[in-house]
Amino acid sequence: MNQVISYIKTFALWELLKGLSVTQRNWFRKSITLEYPEEKTPQSPRFRGLHALRRYPNGEERCIACKLCEAVCPALAITIESNVSDDGTRRTSRYDIDLFKCIYCGFCEEACPVDAIVETRIHEYHMEAPGENIMTKDKLLAIGEKYDAMISADKAADAKYR
Amino acid sequence: MPEFFTNVVDSVVTYWFSLPGTVQYLGTTLFKILILTVGVILCVAFSTYFERKVIGSMQSRVGPNRVGPLGLLQPFADVFKLLFKEVIVPSQSSKFIFIIAPLLSLTPALAAWAVIPMNNWFVIADINAGLLYVLALTSVGVYGVILAGWATNSKYALLGAMRSAAQIVAYEIAMGFALVGVLMAAGSLNIGDIVNAQAGGVSQWFLLPLFPLFVVYWIAGVAETNRAPFDVAEGESEIVAGFHVEYSGVAFALFFLAEYANMILISTLTAVFFLGGWASPFEGWTFLNDISWLAWLTSGGLHWLFIKMCVFMYTFFWLRATFPRYRYDQIMRLGWKVFIPVTIVWIAVEGVMVWFQVGPWAGMGG
Repeated sequence: MNQVISYIKTFALWELLKGLSVTQRNWFRKSITLEYPEEKTPQSPRFRGLHALRRYPNGEERCIACKLCEAVCPALAITIESNVSDDGTRRTSRYDIDLFKCIYCGFCEEACPVDAIVETRIHEYHMEAPGENIMTKDKLLAIGEKYDAMISADKAADAKYR
Repeated sequence: MPEFFTNVVDSVVTYWFSLPGTVQYLGTTLFKILILTVGVILCVAFSTYFERKVIGSMQSRVGPNRVGPLGLLQPFADVFKLLFKEVIVPSQSSKFIFIIAPLLSLTPALAAWAVIPMNNWFVIADINAGLLYVLALTSVGVYGVILAGWATNSKYALLGAMRSAAQIVAYEIAMGFALVGVLMAAGSLNIGDIVNAQAGGVSQWFLLPLFPLFVVYWIAGVAETNRAPFDVAEGESEIVAGFHVEYSGVAFALFFLAEYANMILISTLTAVFFLGGWASPFEGWTFLNDISWLAWLTSGGLHWLFIKMCVFMYTFFWLRATFPRYRYDQIMRLGWKVFIPVTIVWIAVEGVMVWFQVGPWAGMGG
């Protein structure tokens, strides 16, 4: 008997029609596509994009060249050389992040005792020439200055969870 | 200035009628062929667009929407891209066959349109063996695929070509048997007569009395055009792109054109054989004639053929969005061990029913 039913089902294309009804129902459903350059998905304040080095409000660099980020970096993307600056403090003389090596894990940000290195929400960037993948200290500081308001707001939004 | 124009038109008209009859006939036929070919190619262009739209919305995407309003110019962008690309001919290939293979697959796809009646007067060649001609030409199309696969001199292309050949041979038989049922019902091989035999509304269509043959014909048609779920000839996950791995630029565009022209052809043929072609499904609903803007519903014509064709094209896309690819041995099993027995049985059933004039079969057989 079961075999008869399965024969009838086969010749009525039952399973195939069931499959077709699934796609047809989807056809009537609204598409979930976001039209990217015009529409964007919401971002978390913890978004891990392009890196930046921050300064204190008085303009002093936050980074104290403790090299914790360099040590924690699983991709070995960070290279730091330190020196004694003119005012006698310990400062980096070189702070490079190789964006090709970086896996955007955010460990550097977590390791930093002074919130100097952060990952911003900036995720739409590109390189045009070889070598541009190395973010030098100047470039990182420049990003930190330019997006200071955004970074501070994100840090404040996330502060109560840290 | 208007006088000049009327003079020109007059002289052209007089010149036309001064030509010998054969030349006039040749001229009008060429003009018809031009109209039909351009029409088919435009249909191909927009069916690629609608395919992407339909499959997109079935997968909760939007499909092309950047080029032109609603993405409607996307097919033209694709065509121009392909035209400007280089045609790379592999150094180990047989060059002549490599170049003519796309033409061999496109020509039958377009030539088969010659016998299909668009409405009660537009048909390029009103020949008596139209159905045989269509069967012959849809089979000839496989030569393009086989030669392409052979000439490319690549293992993937050869595998694709072999698969395609075996598949088309298998399904051609089921298709032919399904059409035997149609010609038994219509009593003619002339496609115009087949359409006329179905005149008189939905109840007269061959869809109902020949339903199993319709299903077999449609599925065999999908297999015949190498479309999903029977697209093992391309099978990108197994043999890269099958017979057209090494084709690029215009040569690839021709294969693409041939595939879609074949899809449109199969859709139109299914409409012609089982859904009454250009005949209106509302024939005899006289109350519709009283409403002036609905009068087109009851009158047969190209618009009804086009609508039916669109329904089947949609089904092509729908199948592609739904089903995974058949395993190759299952395709062969379906073709030889399921479809051929089903068609033969139904031809016998139809013969008996027509002989004893039972139910919807009464009055069939010309």
